[in-house]
Amino acid sequence: MGRKKIAVRKNIPLFFSPAIILILFFVVYPIFQTFYISFLSSSGEFVGLSNYSEILSRKSILDVEGFPKWPPLGAVIHNAIWILIHLPLSMFSGLALAIILRDVKGSSIVKSIIFLGMVTPLIVGGIILQYTFTERFGIVTAFFDMLGVEELSRTWTALPQSALFALIFGSVWLWTGFSMIIYSAGLATIPREYYEAAKIDGAGPFKMFRRITFPLLRPLNIVVITMTVLYDLKIFDIVFVATFGGPGNASTVLAFEMWLQAFRFSNFNGAAVIATLLTLLTSIVTIPLIKYTVRR
Amino acid sequence: MKINKTTIILHIIAWSVAVLWILPFLGVFMASIRPFSEILRGWWNFESFNPSLTSFIEAWNDPTWPLSRGILNSFIVTIPSTIIPLFVGALAGYGFARFSFRIRTYLFTTIVLLMALPQQSVIVPLFQIMVNFRLIDNYLSLVLIHSAWGLPWIILFMRNFFSTLPIEIEEAARVDGASDFKIFYKIVLPMSLPALASVVVLQFMWVWNDFFLAKIFIYEDSMLLATQRVEFVGREVFRVNWGVLSAASLIVMIVPIIIFVLLQKYYVRGMIGWTVKG
Repeated sequence: MGRKKIAVRKNIPLFFSPAIILILFFVVYPIFQTFYISFLSSSGEFVGLSNYSEILSRKSILDVEGFPKWPPLGAVIHNAIWILIHLPLSMFSGLALAIILRDVKGSSIVKSIIFLGMVTPLIVGGIILQYTFTERFGIVTAFFDMLGVEELSRTWTALPQSALFALIFGSVWLWTGFSMIIYSAGLATIPREYYEAAKIDGAGPFKMFRRITFPLLRPLNIVVITMTVLYDLKIFDIVFVATFGGPGNASTVLAFEMWLQAFRFSNFNGAAVIATLLTLLTSIVTIPLIKYTVRR
Repeated sequence: MKINKTTIILHIIAWSVAVLWILPFLGVFMASIRPFSEILRGWWNFESFNPSLTSFIEAWNDPTWPLSRGILNSFIVTIPSTIIPLFVGALAGYGFARFSFRIRTYLFTTIVLLMALPQQSVIVPLFQIMVNFRLIDNYLSLVLIHSAWGLPWIILFMRNFFSTLPIEIEEAARVDGASDFKIFYKIVLPMSLPALASVVVLQFMWVWNDFFLAKIFIYEDSMLLATQRVEFVGREVFRVNWGVLSAASLIVMIVPIIIFVLLQKYYVRGMIGWTVKG
Protein backbone atom coordinates (compact mmCIF):
# COMPACT_ATOMS: atom_id res chain seq x y z
CA MET A 1 0.00 0.00 0.00
CA GLY A 2 1.48 3.30 -1.09
CA ARG A 3 -0.48 5.56 1.21
CA LYS A 4 1.16 6.37 4.50
CA LYS A 5 -0.59 4.91 7.51
CA ILE A 6 -0.91 6.56 10.86
CA ALA A 7 2.20 5.15 12.44
CA VAL A 8 3.55 6.10 15.81
CA ARG A 9 5.64 3.12 16.80
CA LYS A 10 5.73 3.79 20.52
CA ASN A 11 1.99 3.06 20.70
CA ILE A 12 2.14 -0.34 19.07
CA PRO A 13 2.57 -2.24 22.37
CA LEU A 14 -0.50 -0.53 23.83
CA PHE A 15 -2.69 -1.84 21.04
CA PHE A 16 -1.24 -5.31 20.71
CA SER A 17 0.01 -6.45 24.10
CA PRO A 18 -3.30 -7.40 25.77
CA ALA A 19 -4.26 -9.59 22.82
CA ILE A 20 -0.79 -11.05 22.40
CA ILE A 21 -0.48 -11.90 26.09
CA LEU A 22 -3.86 -13.69 26.19
CA ILE A 23 -3.18 -15.58 22.95
CA LEU A 24 0.37 -16.54 23.91
CA PHE A 25 -0.62 -17.80 27.31
CA PHE A 26 -3.88 -19.62 26.53
CA VAL A 27 -3.43 -20.65 22.91
CA VAL A 28 0.16 -20.74 21.66
CA TYR A 29 2.01 -21.97 24.73
CA PRO A 30 -0.40 -24.86 25.45
CA ILE A 31 -0.24 -25.99 21.80
CA PHE A 32 3.52 -26.43 22.07
CA GLN A 33 3.20 -27.91 25.53
CA THR A 34 0.71 -30.46 24.18
CA PHE A 35 3.14 -31.35 21.40
CA TYR A 36 5.95 -31.69 23.96
CA ILE A 37 4.11 -33.93 26.43
CA SER A 38 2.95 -36.21 23.62
CA PHE A 39 6.56 -37.49 23.61
CA LEU A 40 6.74 -38.01 27.38
CA SER A 41 5.72 -40.94 29.55
CA SER A 42 3.32 -40.37 32.43
CA SER A 43 6.33 -40.01 34.75
CA GLY A 44 7.85 -37.36 32.49
CA GLU A 45 10.60 -39.29 30.70
CA PHE A 46 11.20 -38.80 27.00
CA VAL A 47 9.84 -41.86 25.20
CA GLY A 48 9.99 -40.78 21.56
CA LEU A 49 7.13 -42.00 19.43
CA SER A 50 5.96 -44.79 21.70
CA ASN A 51 2.83 -42.89 22.80
CA TYR A 52 2.00 -42.46 19.13
CA SER A 53 2.32 -46.15 18.32
CA GLU A 54 0.39 -47.04 21.48
CA ILE A 55 -2.50 -44.69 20.64
CA LEU A 56 -2.65 -45.55 16.95
CA SER A 57 -2.74 -49.28 17.71
CA ARG A 58 -5.83 -48.85 19.87
CA LYS A 59 -9.01 -50.31 18.36
CA SER A 60 -10.97 -47.23 19.39
CA ILE A 61 -8.65 -45.01 17.32
CA LEU A 62 -7.99 -47.18 14.29
CA ASP A 63 -9.68 -50.53 13.66
CA VAL A 64 -8.78 -51.64 10.16
CA GLU A 65 -9.32 -55.39 10.46
CA GLY A 66 -11.44 -56.46 7.50
CA PHE A 67 -11.84 -52.80 6.66
CA PRO A 68 -14.97 -52.37 4.58
CA LYS A 69 -17.59 -53.26 7.16
CA TRP A 70 -19.86 -51.46 9.58
CA PRO A 71 -18.57 -49.35 12.44
CA PRO A 72 -16.79 -49.54 14.83
CA LEU A 73 -13.83 -48.75 12.59
CA GLY A 74 -12.00 -46.41 14.97
CA ALA A 75 -12.19 -42.65 15.50
CA VAL A 76 -9.88 -41.73 12.60
CA ILE A 77 -12.06 -43.54 10.08
CA HIS A 78 -15.26 -42.31 11.69
CA ASN A 79 -14.08 -38.72 11.27
CA ALA A 80 -13.24 -39.48 7.64
CA ILE A 81 -16.69 -41.03 7.04
CA TRP A 82 -18.17 -37.98 8.72
CA ILE A 83 -16.44 -35.66 6.27
CA LEU A 84 -17.30 -37.85 3.26
CA ILE A 85 -21.03 -37.78 4.03
CA HIS A 86 -21.49 -34.49 5.84
CA LEU A 87 -19.45 -32.22 3.55
CA PRO A 88 -21.22 -32.95 0.23
CA LEU A 89 -24.69 -33.20 1.80
CA SER A 90 -24.57 -29.95 3.78
CA MET A 91 -22.70 -28.07 1.04
CA PHE A 92 -25.06 -28.97 -1.80
CA SER A 93 -28.25 -28.65 0.20
CA GLY A 94 -27.07 -25.24 1.40
CA LEU A 95 -26.28 -24.16 -2.16
CA ALA A 96 -29.58 -25.53 -3.50
CA LEU A 97 -31.54 -23.80 -0.74
CA ALA A 98 -29.74 -20.50 -1.31
CA ILE A 99 -30.62 -20.62 -5.01
CA ILE A 100 -34.22 -21.72 -4.49
CA LEU A 101 -34.88 -19.21 -1.71
CA ARG A 102 -33.72 -16.30 -3.83
CA ASP A 103 -37.04 -16.48 -5.70
CA VAL A 104 -39.35 -17.52 -2.87
CA LYS A 105 -41.76 -15.33 -0.91
CA GLY A 106 -41.17 -15.45 2.84
CA SER A 107 -37.67 -16.77 2.27
CA SER A 108 -36.37 -15.00 5.36
CA ILE A 109 -38.66 -17.15 7.54
CA VAL A 110 -37.52 -20.35 5.78
CA LYS A 111 -33.90 -19.24 6.17
CA SER A 112 -34.37 -18.55 9.88
CA ILE A 113 -35.87 -22.02 10.40
CA ILE A 114 -32.97 -23.71 8.63
CA PHE A 115 -30.50 -21.51 10.47
CA LEU A 116 -31.99 -22.48 13.84
CA GLY A 117 -29.57 -25.44 13.96
CA MET A 118 -26.59 -23.08 13.82
CA VAL A 119 -27.83 -21.07 16.79
CA THR A 120 -28.80 -24.05 18.94
CA PRO A 121 -26.13 -25.18 21.42
CA LEU A 122 -24.61 -28.36 19.97
CA ILE A 123 -25.25 -30.20 23.20
CA VAL A 124 -28.98 -29.47 22.80
CA GLY A 125 -28.77 -30.34 19.09
CA GLY A 126 -27.42 -33.73 20.16
CA ILE A 127 -30.36 -34.32 22.49
CA ILE A 128 -32.87 -33.32 19.82
CA LEU A 129 -31.33 -35.63 17.24
CA GLN A 130 -31.21 -38.48 19.74
CA TYR A 131 -34.93 -37.98 20.38
CA THR A 132 -35.66 -37.84 16.66
CA PHE A 133 -33.91 -41.19 16.13
CA THR A 134 -35.43 -42.97 19.17
CA GLU A 135 -37.81 -45.86 18.60
CA ARG A 136 -41.51 -44.96 19.01
CA PHE A 137 -40.67 -41.40 20.15
CA GLY A 138 -38.84 -40.02 17.15
CA ILE A 139 -40.20 -39.02 13.79
CA VAL A 140 -37.43 -40.69 11.74
CA THR A 141 -37.84 -44.12 13.32
CA ALA A 142 -41.63 -43.80 13.10
CA PHE A 143 -41.31 -42.96 9.41
CA PHE A 144 -39.33 -46.13 8.70
CA ASP A 145 -41.73 -48.11 10.88
CA MET A 146 -44.56 -46.88 8.67
CA LEU A 147 -42.62 -47.95 5.57
CA GLY A 148 -42.08 -51.36 7.16
CA VAL A 149 -38.26 -51.07 7.27
CA GLU A 150 -37.79 -52.80 10.58
CA GLU A 151 -33.99 -52.30 10.99
CA LEU A 152 -34.36 -48.52 10.70
CA SER A 153 -37.32 -48.27 13.06
CA ARG A 154 -35.13 -49.16 16.05
CA THR A 155 -33.32 -46.54 18.15
CA TRP A 156 -30.48 -45.54 15.80
CA THR A 157 -28.16 -44.25 18.51
CA ALA A 158 -28.33 -47.57 20.41
CA LEU A 159 -27.19 -49.79 17.54
CA PRO A 160 -23.60 -50.00 16.26
CA GLN A 161 -24.55 -50.12 12.58
CA SER A 162 -26.62 -46.93 12.73
CA ALA A 163 -25.31 -44.79 15.63
CA LEU A 164 -22.63 -42.99 13.62
CA PHE A 165 -25.04 -42.29 10.77
CA ALA A 166 -27.69 -40.85 13.09
CA LEU A 167 -25.06 -38.39 14.34
CA ILE A 168 -23.85 -37.55 10.84
CA PHE A 169 -27.34 -36.92 9.45
CA GLY A 170 -28.13 -34.93 12.57
CA SER A 171 -25.06 -32.77 11.96
CA VAL A 172 -26.21 -32.15 8.38
CA TRP A 173 -29.51 -30.93 9.78
CA LEU A 174 -27.70 -28.65 12.24
CA TRP A 175 -25.02 -27.28 9.89
CA THR A 176 -26.75 -26.76 6.51
CA GLY A 177 -27.67 -23.23 7.61
CA PHE A 178 -24.00 -22.27 7.41
CA SER A 179 -23.46 -22.97 3.71
CA MET A 180 -26.93 -21.61 2.94
CA ILE A 181 -26.10 -18.26 4.56
CA ILE A 182 -22.69 -18.01 2.90
CA TYR A 183 -24.02 -18.85 -0.56
CA SER A 184 -27.01 -16.53 -0.07
CA ALA A 185 -24.63 -13.68 0.71
CA GLY A 186 -22.67 -14.54 -2.42
CA LEU A 187 -25.79 -14.65 -4.56
CA ALA A 188 -26.86 -11.23 -3.31
CA THR A 189 -23.70 -9.75 -4.86
CA ILE A 190 -24.51 -11.03 -8.38
CA PRO A 191 -26.34 -8.30 -10.33
CA ARG A 192 -29.78 -9.27 -11.64
CA GLU A 193 -28.82 -7.75 -15.01
CA TYR A 194 -26.52 -10.70 -15.71
CA TYR A 195 -29.50 -13.04 -15.66
CA GLU A 196 -31.71 -10.69 -17.67
CA ALA A 197 -29.02 -10.38 -20.32
CA ALA A 198 -28.58 -14.15 -20.39
CA LYS A 199 -32.32 -14.62 -20.74
CA ILE A 200 -32.41 -12.28 -23.74
CA ASP A 201 -29.64 -14.39 -25.26
CA GLY A 202 -31.89 -17.42 -24.79
CA ALA A 203 -30.09 -19.15 -21.92
CA GLY A 204 -32.09 -21.65 -19.83
CA PRO A 205 -31.89 -21.92 -16.01
CA PHE A 206 -29.29 -24.71 -16.15
CA LYS A 207 -27.03 -22.80 -18.48
CA MET A 208 -27.40 -19.66 -16.34
CA PHE A 209 -26.32 -21.65 -13.28
CA ARG A 210 -23.33 -23.12 -15.08
CA ARG A 211 -22.19 -19.88 -16.73
CA ILE A 212 -23.12 -17.19 -14.18
CA THR A 213 -24.05 -18.46 -10.72
CA PHE A 214 -21.51 -21.22 -10.22
CA PRO A 215 -18.38 -19.37 -11.45
CA LEU A 216 -19.24 -16.34 -9.33
CA LEU A 217 -19.86 -18.41 -6.22
CA ARG A 218 -16.70 -20.47 -6.68
CA PRO A 219 -14.50 -18.41 -4.35
CA LEU A 220 -16.97 -19.20 -1.55
CA ASN A 221 -16.52 -22.95 -1.94
CA ILE A 222 -13.15 -22.70 -0.23
CA VAL A 223 -14.79 -21.05 2.78
CA VAL A 224 -17.61 -23.58 3.00
CA ILE A 225 -15.37 -26.61 2.48
CA THR A 226 -12.76 -25.50 5.01
CA MET A 227 -15.21 -24.52 7.72
CA THR A 228 -17.21 -27.72 7.24
CA VAL A 229 -14.18 -29.99 7.42
CA LEU A 230 -13.01 -28.14 10.54
CA TYR A 231 -16.46 -28.64 12.08
CA ASP A 232 -16.27 -32.36 11.28
CA LEU A 233 -12.80 -32.71 12.81
CA LYS A 234 -13.79 -30.87 15.99
CA ILE A 235 -17.14 -32.61 16.49
CA PHE A 236 -17.58 -33.47 20.17
CA ASP A 237 -20.76 -32.30 21.90
CA ILE A 238 -23.32 -34.25 19.89
CA VAL A 239 -21.27 -37.44 20.16
CA PHE A 240 -20.88 -36.95 23.89
CA VAL A 241 -24.55 -36.41 24.62
CA ALA A 242 -26.29 -38.62 22.04
CA THR A 243 -24.16 -41.81 22.03
CA PHE A 244 -21.11 -41.28 24.28
CA GLY A 245 -19.11 -42.73 21.38
CA GLY A 246 -20.96 -46.01 21.57
CA PRO A 247 -22.31 -48.52 21.45
CA GLY A 248 -18.94 -50.22 21.70
CA ASN A 249 -16.97 -47.35 20.06
CA ALA A 250 -19.28 -47.46 17.02
CA SER A 251 -19.66 -43.68 16.90
CA THR A 252 -16.50 -42.43 18.57
CA VAL A 253 -14.49 -39.57 17.03
CA LEU A 254 -11.04 -38.07 17.64
CA ALA A 255 -12.12 -35.16 19.81
CA PHE A 256 -14.17 -37.50 21.97
CA GLU A 257 -11.32 -40.03 22.26
CA MET A 258 -9.03 -37.21 23.33
CA TRP A 259 -11.43 -36.28 26.13
CA LEU A 260 -11.81 -39.93 27.17
CA GLN A 261 -8.05 -40.50 27.36
CA ALA A 262 -7.43 -37.35 29.38
CA PHE A 263 -10.45 -37.03 31.63
CA ARG A 264 -11.68 -40.61 31.99
CA PHE A 265 -8.44 -42.59 31.96
CA SER A 266 -6.08 -39.81 33.16
CA ASN A 267 -3.80 -40.71 30.24
CA PHE A 268 -2.71 -37.15 29.56
CA ASN A 269 0.19 -38.14 27.33
CA GLY A 270 -2.00 -40.31 25.13
CA ALA A 271 -4.56 -37.50 24.98
CA ALA A 272 -1.76 -35.14 23.91
CA VAL A 273 -1.01 -37.49 21.00
CA ILE A 274 -4.61 -37.28 19.76
CA ALA A 275 -4.62 -33.51 20.34
CA THR A 276 -1.43 -33.13 18.31
CA LEU A 277 -2.91 -35.17 15.47
CA LEU A 278 -5.98 -32.91 15.52
CA THR A 279 -3.78 -29.80 15.51
CA LEU A 280 -1.88 -31.07 12.47
CA LEU A 281 -5.02 -32.10 10.58
CA THR A 282 -6.83 -28.81 11.20
CA SER A 283 -3.73 -26.78 10.27
CA ILE A 284 -3.38 -28.61 6.95
CA VAL A 285 -7.05 -28.13 6.19
CA THR A 286 -6.84 -24.39 6.92
CA ILE A 287 -3.92 -23.46 4.66
CA PRO A 288 -6.08 -22.70 1.58
CA LEU A 289 -8.41 -20.53 3.65
CA ILE A 290 -5.49 -18.58 5.10
CA LYS A 291 -4.18 -17.85 1.62
CA TYR A 292 -7.66 -16.64 0.66
CA THR A 293 -8.12 -14.51 3.80
CA VAL A 294 -4.72 -12.87 3.97
CA ARG A 295 -4.37 -12.22 0.25
CA ARG A 296 -7.40 -9.94 -0.01
CA MET B 1 -44.87 -10.91 -10.79
CA LYS B 2 -46.03 -13.49 -13.28
CA ILE B 3 -46.98 -16.72 -11.54
CA ASN B 4 -45.71 -19.66 -13.53
CA LYS B 5 -45.23 -23.35 -12.84
CA THR B 6 -41.59 -23.01 -11.78
CA THR B 7 -42.45 -20.39 -9.18
CA ILE B 8 -45.11 -22.62 -7.64
CA ILE B 9 -42.78 -25.65 -7.55
CA LEU B 10 -40.01 -23.57 -5.94
CA HIS B 11 -42.40 -22.38 -3.24
CA ILE B 12 -43.58 -25.93 -2.53
CA ILE B 13 -39.99 -27.21 -2.27
CA ALA B 14 -38.87 -24.34 -0.05
CA TRP B 15 -41.74 -24.61 2.39
CA SER B 16 -41.56 -28.43 2.52
CA VAL B 17 -37.90 -28.18 3.44
CA ALA B 18 -38.77 -25.65 6.14
CA VAL B 19 -41.39 -28.00 7.59
CA LEU B 20 -38.97 -30.95 7.41
CA TRP B 21 -36.28 -28.88 9.14
CA ILE B 22 -38.48 -27.76 12.00
CA LEU B 23 -39.92 -31.22 12.77
CA PRO B 24 -37.16 -32.27 15.22
CA PHE B 25 -37.61 -29.01 17.16
CA LEU B 26 -41.36 -29.47 17.09
CA GLY B 27 -40.94 -33.02 18.45
CA VAL B 28 -38.92 -31.86 21.42
CA PHE B 29 -41.34 -28.99 22.01
CA MET B 30 -44.30 -31.40 22.03
CA ALA B 31 -42.44 -33.74 24.37
CA SER B 32 -41.85 -30.83 26.74
CA ILE B 33 -45.48 -29.67 26.98
CA ARG B 34 -47.28 -33.03 26.95
CA PRO B 35 -47.47 -35.72 29.64
CA PHE B 36 -45.19 -38.73 29.15
CA SER B 37 -48.15 -41.08 28.52
CA GLU B 38 -49.16 -39.02 25.49
CA ILE B 39 -45.80 -38.98 23.74
CA LEU B 40 -45.31 -42.71 24.23
CA ARG B 41 -47.11 -43.29 20.96
CA GLY B 42 -45.35 -40.41 19.22
CA TRP B 43 -45.68 -36.66 19.67
CA TRP B 44 -47.60 -36.43 16.37
CA ASN B 45 -50.42 -38.49 17.88
CA PHE B 46 -53.18 -36.11 18.99
CA GLU B 47 -55.90 -38.51 20.19
CA SER B 48 -55.61 -36.82 23.56
CA PHE B 49 -53.84 -33.52 24.02
CA ASN B 50 -53.28 -32.04 27.47
CA PRO B 51 -50.52 -29.46 27.27
CA SER B 52 -49.00 -28.13 30.50
CA LEU B 53 -45.87 -26.43 31.74
CA THR B 54 -45.16 -29.09 34.39
CA SER B 55 -41.96 -30.30 32.72
CA PHE B 56 -40.62 -26.77 32.43
CA ILE B 57 -41.28 -26.12 36.11
CA GLU B 58 -39.63 -29.43 37.03
CA ALA B 59 -36.55 -28.66 34.94
CA TRP B 60 -36.34 -25.08 36.20
CA ASN B 61 -36.56 -26.24 39.84
CA ASP B 62 -34.73 -29.58 39.58
CA PRO B 63 -33.62 -30.53 43.13
CA THR B 64 -29.96 -31.18 42.20
CA TRP B 65 -29.42 -29.36 38.90
CA PRO B 66 -31.97 -26.51 38.69
CA LEU B 67 -31.88 -24.83 35.29
CA SER B 68 -32.62 -21.51 37.00
CA ARG B 69 -29.15 -21.60 38.53
CA GLY B 70 -27.62 -22.86 35.29
CA ILE B 71 -28.97 -19.93 33.30
CA LEU B 72 -27.68 -17.48 35.92
CA ASN B 73 -24.24 -19.16 35.93
CA SER B 74 -24.09 -19.07 32.14
CA PHE B 75 -24.74 -15.33 32.17
CA ILE B 76 -22.04 -14.82 34.82
CA VAL B 77 -19.52 -16.55 32.54
CA THR B 78 -20.74 -15.31 29.18
CA ILE B 79 -20.94 -11.56 29.83
CA PRO B 80 -17.27 -10.98 30.79
CA SER B 81 -16.19 -13.59 28.20
CA THR B 82 -17.83 -11.37 25.59
CA ILE B 83 -16.79 -7.92 26.79
CA ILE B 84 -13.11 -8.62 27.44
CA PRO B 85 -12.24 -10.01 23.99
CA LEU B 86 -14.44 -7.35 22.37
CA PHE B 87 -12.18 -4.54 23.58
CA VAL B 88 -8.89 -6.41 23.49
CA GLY B 89 -9.66 -7.68 19.99
CA ALA B 90 -10.84 -4.30 18.71
CA LEU B 91 -7.59 -2.71 19.93
CA ALA B 92 -5.43 -5.25 18.12
CA GLY B 93 -7.65 -5.22 15.03
CA TYR B 94 -7.19 -1.44 14.85
CA GLY B 95 -3.46 -1.90 15.19
CA PHE B 96 -3.42 -4.31 12.26
CA ALA B 97 -5.58 -2.00 10.15
CA ARG B 98 -3.66 1.21 10.79
CA PHE B 99 -0.09 0.65 11.96
CA SER B 100 2.69 -0.64 9.76
CA PHE B 101 5.54 -2.58 11.27
CA ARG B 102 7.89 -5.21 10.01
CA ILE B 103 6.30 -8.46 11.20
CA ARG B 104 2.70 -7.34 10.67
CA THR B 105 1.80 -9.87 7.96
CA TYR B 106 3.43 -12.79 9.78
CA LEU B 107 1.76 -11.92 13.04
CA PHE B 108 -1.61 -11.51 11.37
CA THR B 109 -1.30 -14.80 9.46
CA THR B 110 -0.39 -16.65 12.64
CA ILE B 111 -3.37 -15.24 14.47
CA VAL B 112 -5.72 -16.20 11.63
CA LEU B 113 -4.30 -19.74 11.62
CA LEU B 114 -5.07 -20.04 15.33
CA MET B 115 -8.73 -19.44 14.51
CA ALA B 116 -8.94 -22.91 12.99
CA LEU B 117 -7.49 -24.92 15.85
CA PRO B 118 -9.69 -27.10 18.03
CA GLN B 119 -9.76 -26.48 21.77
CA GLN B 120 -8.69 -30.09 22.19
CA SER B 121 -5.23 -28.91 21.04
CA VAL B 122 -4.66 -27.02 24.27
CA ILE B 123 -6.87 -28.54 26.87
CA VAL B 124 -4.42 -30.87 28.64
CA PRO B 125 -1.83 -28.20 29.54
CA LEU B 126 -4.56 -25.67 30.35
CA PHE B 127 -6.19 -28.16 32.70
CA GLN B 128 -2.85 -28.72 34.44
CA ILE B 129 -2.25 -24.97 34.70
CA MET B 130 -5.70 -24.39 36.17
CA VAL B 131 -5.18 -27.22 38.68
CA ASN B 132 -1.90 -25.61 39.75
CA PHE B 133 -3.49 -22.18 40.11
CA ARG B 134 -6.49 -23.71 41.93
CA LEU B 135 -8.83 -22.36 39.25
CA ILE B 136 -10.88 -25.54 38.77
CA ASP B 137 -14.47 -24.74 39.76
CA ASN B 138 -13.65 -21.08 39.27
CA TYR B 139 -15.27 -19.13 36.45
CA LEU B 140 -12.10 -17.08 35.98
CA SER B 141 -10.55 -20.04 34.11
CA LEU B 142 -13.44 -20.15 31.66
CA VAL B 143 -13.52 -16.37 31.19
CA LEU B 144 -9.79 -16.20 30.44
CA ILE B 145 -9.82 -19.12 28.00
CA HIS B 146 -12.97 -17.98 26.20
CA SER B 147 -11.50 -14.49 25.90
CA ALA B 148 -8.25 -15.75 24.42
CA TRP B 149 -9.98 -18.15 22.02
CA GLY B 150 -12.41 -15.50 20.81
CA LEU B 151 -9.60 -13.09 19.95
CA PRO B 152 -8.37 -14.47 16.60
CA TRP B 153 -11.66 -14.11 14.76
CA ILE B 154 -12.50 -10.82 16.51
CA ILE B 155 -9.13 -9.39 15.47
CA LEU B 156 -9.66 -10.56 11.90
CA PHE B 157 -13.20 -9.26 11.76
CA MET B 158 -12.45 -5.86 13.33
CA ARG B 159 -9.31 -5.37 11.23
CA ASN B 160 -11.37 -5.93 8.08
CA PHE B 161 -13.99 -3.50 9.33
CA PHE B 162 -11.51 -0.77 10.39
CA SER B 163 -9.83 -1.01 6.99
CA THR B 164 -13.07 0.18 5.39
CA LEU B 165 -13.28 3.36 7.52
CA PRO B 166 -12.07 6.59 5.88
CA ILE B 167 -8.66 7.43 7.31
CA GLU B 168 -9.09 11.21 6.81
CA ILE B 169 -11.07 11.78 10.02
CA GLU B 170 -8.38 10.07 12.07
CA GLU B 171 -5.69 12.09 10.31
CA ALA B 172 -7.53 15.32 11.05
CA ALA B 173 -7.76 14.41 14.73
CA ARG B 174 -4.06 13.60 14.68
CA VAL B 175 -3.24 17.03 13.31
CA ASP B 176 -5.27 18.46 16.20
CA GLY B 177 -2.91 16.65 18.57
CA ALA B 178 -4.99 13.63 19.66
CA SER B 179 -3.10 10.51 20.70
CA ASP B 180 -3.53 7.15 18.95
CA PHE B 181 -5.49 5.76 21.85
CA LYS B 182 -7.72 8.80 22.09
CA ILE B 183 -8.45 8.63 18.36
CA PHE B 184 -9.33 4.97 18.74
CA TYR B 185 -11.45 5.49 21.80
CA LYS B 186 -13.23 8.75 20.92
CA ILE B 187 -13.54 8.58 17.14
CA VAL B 188 -13.08 5.06 15.81
CA LEU B 189 -15.05 3.02 18.36
CA PRO B 190 -18.23 5.14 18.12
CA MET B 191 -18.12 4.74 14.34
CA SER B 192 -17.82 0.99 14.76
CA LEU B 193 -20.96 0.17 16.71
CA PRO B 194 -22.49 -2.11 14.03
CA ALA B 195 -19.30 -4.18 13.83
CA LEU B 196 -18.99 -4.32 17.61
CA ALA B 197 -22.61 -5.51 17.75
CA SER B 198 -21.76 -8.39 15.41
CA VAL B 199 -18.83 -9.35 17.63
CA VAL B 200 -21.00 -9.26 20.74
CA VAL B 201 -23.71 -11.43 19.20
CA LEU B 202 -21.37 -14.10 17.82
CA GLN B 203 -19.03 -14.26 20.78
CA PHE B 204 -21.93 -14.35 23.23
CA MET B 205 -23.46 -17.28 21.40
CA TRP B 206 -20.24 -19.24 21.14
CA VAL B 207 -19.55 -18.87 24.83
CA TRP B 208 -23.13 -19.56 25.84
CA ASN B 209 -23.29 -22.68 23.63
CA ASP B 210 -19.93 -24.03 24.82
CA PHE B 211 -20.03 -27.36 26.55
CA PHE B 212 -16.49 -28.72 26.18
CA LEU B 213 -14.60 -26.12 28.23
CA ALA B 214 -17.26 -26.01 30.92
CA LYS B 215 -17.14 -29.79 31.18
CA ILE B 216 -13.42 -29.66 31.87
CA PHE B 217 -13.20 -26.78 34.33
CA ILE B 218 -16.46 -26.85 36.30
CA TYR B 219 -17.45 -29.87 38.42
CA GLU B 220 -19.28 -28.52 41.48
CA ASP B 221 -23.04 -29.18 41.04
CA SER B 222 -24.14 -25.69 42.02
CA MET B 223 -21.65 -24.11 39.59
CA LEU B 224 -22.51 -26.11 36.46
CA LEU B 225 -23.44 -23.99 33.47
CA ALA B 226 -26.74 -24.32 31.62
CA THR B 227 -25.30 -26.51 28.83
CA GLN B 228 -23.78 -28.88 31.39
CA ARG B 229 -27.09 -29.45 33.15
CA VAL B 230 -28.84 -31.07 30.20
CA GLU B 231 -26.40 -33.93 30.67
CA PHE B 232 -28.10 -34.75 34.00
CA VAL B 233 -31.61 -33.31 34.17
CA GLY B 234 -34.34 -35.83 33.36
CA ARG B 235 -31.99 -38.81 33.23
CA GLU B 236 -33.50 -41.44 35.47
CA VAL B 237 -31.93 -44.76 36.35
CA PHE B 238 -33.75 -46.96 33.86
CA ARG B 239 -35.20 -44.49 31.40
CA VAL B 240 -34.94 -40.98 30.04
CA ASN B 241 -37.67 -38.60 31.20
CA TRP B 242 -38.04 -36.99 27.78
CA GLY B 243 -40.50 -34.40 29.10
CA VAL B 244 -38.08 -32.84 31.59
CA LEU B 245 -35.03 -33.32 29.36
CA SER B 246 -36.83 -31.65 26.44
CA ALA B 247 -37.96 -28.76 28.62
CA ALA B 248 -34.41 -28.31 29.92
CA SER B 249 -33.04 -28.34 26.37
CA LEU B 250 -35.50 -25.69 25.26
CA ILE B 251 -34.70 -23.49 28.26
CA VAL B 252 -30.98 -23.65 27.41
CA MET B 253 -31.50 -22.82 23.74
CA ILE B 254 -34.04 -20.05 24.24
CA VAL B 255 -31.38 -17.45 25.12
CA PRO B 256 -29.34 -17.75 21.90
CA ILE B 257 -32.57 -17.97 19.89
CA ILE B 258 -33.93 -14.73 21.36
CA ILE B 259 -30.63 -13.02 20.58
CA PHE B 260 -30.67 -14.39 17.06
CA VAL B 261 -34.24 -13.25 16.43
CA LEU B 262 -33.60 -9.75 17.80
CA LEU B 263 -30.13 -9.20 16.34
CA GLN B 264 -30.23 -11.41 13.24
CA LYS B 265 -28.80 -8.68 11.02
CA TYR B 266 -25.65 -8.40 13.13
CA TYR B 267 -25.32 -12.14 13.56
CA VAL B 268 -25.44 -12.82 9.83
CA ARG B 269 -23.13 -9.91 9.07
CA GLY B 270 -20.62 -11.25 11.58
CA MET B 271 -20.89 -14.76 10.20
CA ILE B 272 -20.33 -13.55 6.66
CA GLY B 273 -17.83 -10.87 7.55
CA TRP B 274 -15.16 -13.20 8.81
CA THR B 275 -15.45 -15.55 5.88
CA VAL B 276 -16.83 -13.80 2.80
CA LYS B 277 -15.24 -10.50 1.88
CA GLY B 278 -16.81 -7.68 3.84
